[in-house]
Amino acid sequence: MFAYAGKILHVNLTTGETRTEPLSESMAKSYIGGIGLGIRLLMDNSKPGTDAFHPDNPIIYCTGPLSGTMGPTAGNGYAVVSKSPATGGVGEAKAHGFFGPDLKRAGYDAVVITGKAPKLSYLWIDDDKVEIRNGEYLKYATVNDTDNKIRDELGDFYIRVSAIGEAGEKLCRFAAIINDEFRAIGRTGMGAVMGSKNLKAVAVRGTKDVNVANMEGFKEYIKMIHERMKGPATKKYKTLGTPENVLVLNSLSALATRNWTNATFEGANKVSGEYLNEHYVKKIVGCATCGMRCDHIAVVPEGPYKGSTSRLEFECLWSMGPLCGVDRLDAIIEAMRIVNEYGMDGISIGVVVAFAMDLYEHGVITKEQTDGIDLKFGNAEALIAIIHKIGKREGWLGNILAEGVAKAAELIGGDAYKYACHIKGLELPGYDLRTLKTAALGFSVSFRGACHLRNGAYSPDVKGKVNRFKIEKGRGKMITDESHMYNIIDSLIVCKFSRGTYYDGWKDLTNYYTLATGIPITPEEMTQDGDRIENLARLFNIREGKGTRKYDDVPYKIKNFPVPDEGPAKGACVNDEEMAIGLDDYYASRGWTAEGIPTVERLNSLGLGDLAYIAEDAMKAAKEAKPQAAVATTGGN
Amino acid sequence: MVRPQDRKFVTADPDKCIGCCVCEYACSMVNEKTFNPTKSRIRAMRLGPLINLAVTCRHCEDPACVAACPRDALKQDDDTGIIRVDENACNGCGWCISACQFGAMNMHPDKKIVFTCNSCTDNETKEPQCVKWCPEEALTYVTAETLAQKYRQKAVKNLFQTAEENKAK
Repeated sequence: MFAYAGKILHVNLTTGETRTEPLSESMAKSYIGGIGLGIRLLMDNSKPGTDAFHPDNPIIYCTGPLSGTMGPTAGNGYAVVSKSPATGGVGEAKAHGFFGPDLKRAGYDAVVITGKAPKLSYLWIDDDKVEIRNGEYLKYATVNDTDNKIRDELGDFYIRVSAIGEAGEKLCRFAAIINDEFRAIGRTGMGAVMGSKNLKAVAVRGTKDVNVANMEGFKEYIKMIHERMKGPATKKYKTLGTPENVLVLNSLSALATRNWTNATFEGANKVSGEYLNEHYVKKIVGCATCGMRCDHIAVVPEGPYKGSTSRLEFECLWSMGPLCGVDRLDAIIEAMRIVNEYGMDGISIGVVVAFAMDLYEHGVITKEQTDGIDLKFGNAEALIAIIHKIGKREGWLGNILAEGVAKAAELIGGDAYKYACHIKGLELPGYDLRTLKTAALGFSVSFRGACHLRNGAYSPDVKGKVNRFKIEKGRGKMITDESHMYNIIDSLIVCKFSRGTYYDGWKDLTNYYTLATGIPITPEEMTQDGDRIENLARLFNIREGKGTRKYDDVPYKIKNFPVPDEGPAKGACVNDEEMAIGLDDYYASRGWTAEGIPTVERLNSLGLGDLAYIAEDAMKAAKEAKPQAAVATTGGN
Repeated sequence: MVRPQDRKFVTADPDKCIGCCVCEYACSMVNEKTFNPTKSRIRAMRLGPLINLAVTCRHCEDPACVAACPRDALKQDDDTGIIRVDENACNGCGWCISACQFGAMNMHPDKKIVFTCNSCTDNETKEPQCVKWCPEEALTYVTAETLAQKYRQKAVKNLFQTAEENKAK
């Protein structure tokens, strides 16, 4: 088995014990690496019902089979998997940059961290030497300071650090883990799980060789991908970058604005990718081993935020821009910078602030409760001020908002739930689901909660391949098929920006895998791996009581606030009938029951027979609770 | 006999280099038959997203590393300027590492002796592999004179451009 390290490291922060176990070839081939391997390890190393912040909840760092090789984008990734404090189900996110390859070179395919350190600590992995070190001097340090201080302390510039900021230490439920300044394990609150373990950072130095099975073949393969990365498949990322989406989505009435009040933004031209690049982007940089580049480094040239520097992509630009009604890029760049310093999910933070602004505008919360911040839509200073409060959990509102919109709405009570835009507890990303209905269905069934990257369901809507104002039969299969590809991409940890360079799809990916690992795999087998990972994640959610039909839904606002903007989208919103059609279709295409539970036959055929008991228990429970379940499917979020 | 001014070395353009380390991987792949940046003869340095540069041996005239070696383990190749390491003589003391102003001397993690750029040549392009692989075309294999010309041209261009802009104002 080449390219894999062949080893899993276990660390118990409570006892300080560490041990390793081998990674078997069958485990490697069945779950690939990244999130696939991570979710399997999560399932096997946790007990049902464990709270996300309990020391027994493991947090798992995974590399991919290609991490540490020269494979463009796949060579530089890592994934983190745990039970999510935001959703109570599978939490997972990936990041690229420079950290992942060092973890592989240190000799690990995965690091399973359990327990809770008695005081703030960091984990130092120096090849075979593993040490839990004092991190108290890093208390509330920003992510970047933590990185610099640890490298100073250990005396090696090339040590790579993956750390949390103040938000993670304070258990903000959408706290991120960040490496290389701005590369984030962003979604599902993995930073908060780190914080709950008193684990400030993982620092790693790997000096071992990573060898591939077929060096000549692999070299030819990466040469080919490097050529393809020159374009046209990567043009968007190398030119305007993802902020190109601002005007595209705006023209489709799909640019969610002011917390899904509008679907178009009158200030779109001032926050467009075109405007950003002309006025702010100083340089486009990239990650280790990458043959393309996408990191648009924006610097504010003048004004109150002069000198503020951050990397800006569409999602965060949108969440802290149009979604909050803010049309000032200087403020958005500054907001992004501080969000990275606190270590928060750049999508969720914008949705959280927009939620608070919506509540403020509707009188659900008052100026006293905001500590005097005038939280009106469009107020850029208020955006910055409230981010600081959330990052520090300061004041009544800052503390509540750090819980994420789902829990914050419960705590605030009253009508607050109507404005909380999340699925399964995870805040929605940058697409208006009222006018992109394949996305509405796709996001609702994503196992990590609202996410555009679990099945890419926005794509057929945005590209005009389907009638995007309608959910109809056939969408289920579309989502199912794509989810397999996305699961594999996240298990190989290929950067999604590069997915267009794999012209031959599955054939390219299996070829890539086999050249590196020496493990033969067919496109059919790899597709089945993707299917297996999806079912596995679903089973974890079911085991934790979060995986059945009633959790596959869209937010109240998407269903009850029609698009008011003039144009073809006017009046659009999602209704329960079409959601029901979509879910039935999706479950059928998966071979799941109407309750959204995988059947035992299906699980056996995927080699998940050992976990079939979870599905059986859930089916029994669903049968007993039938009347209530029927009501729940048409209920709220 | 090649004239010293015709010796070529690898240099990175600070405007183009983005610190992606592709050069490191290419170097270790070709010279060490593995993927391992700690075995690369060129190292990328990122001091921040906007401060990136890959650094390797510049084949200096009268090189400090050679002068510093107490065991005569280093010799400069007359034709190419490449610093050759006598693997039997080198004991990994690292004097050459402190002598080099560019940090271009490295300690090999397995062999525990120093190693540096050998200007490995690709059959096709006749240039070192890192230059061939650099996706930004930030690396070039140049003589000191062509490098100087490049920066002179740039300086003159900038000067006249600034003058034009001032006139326009």
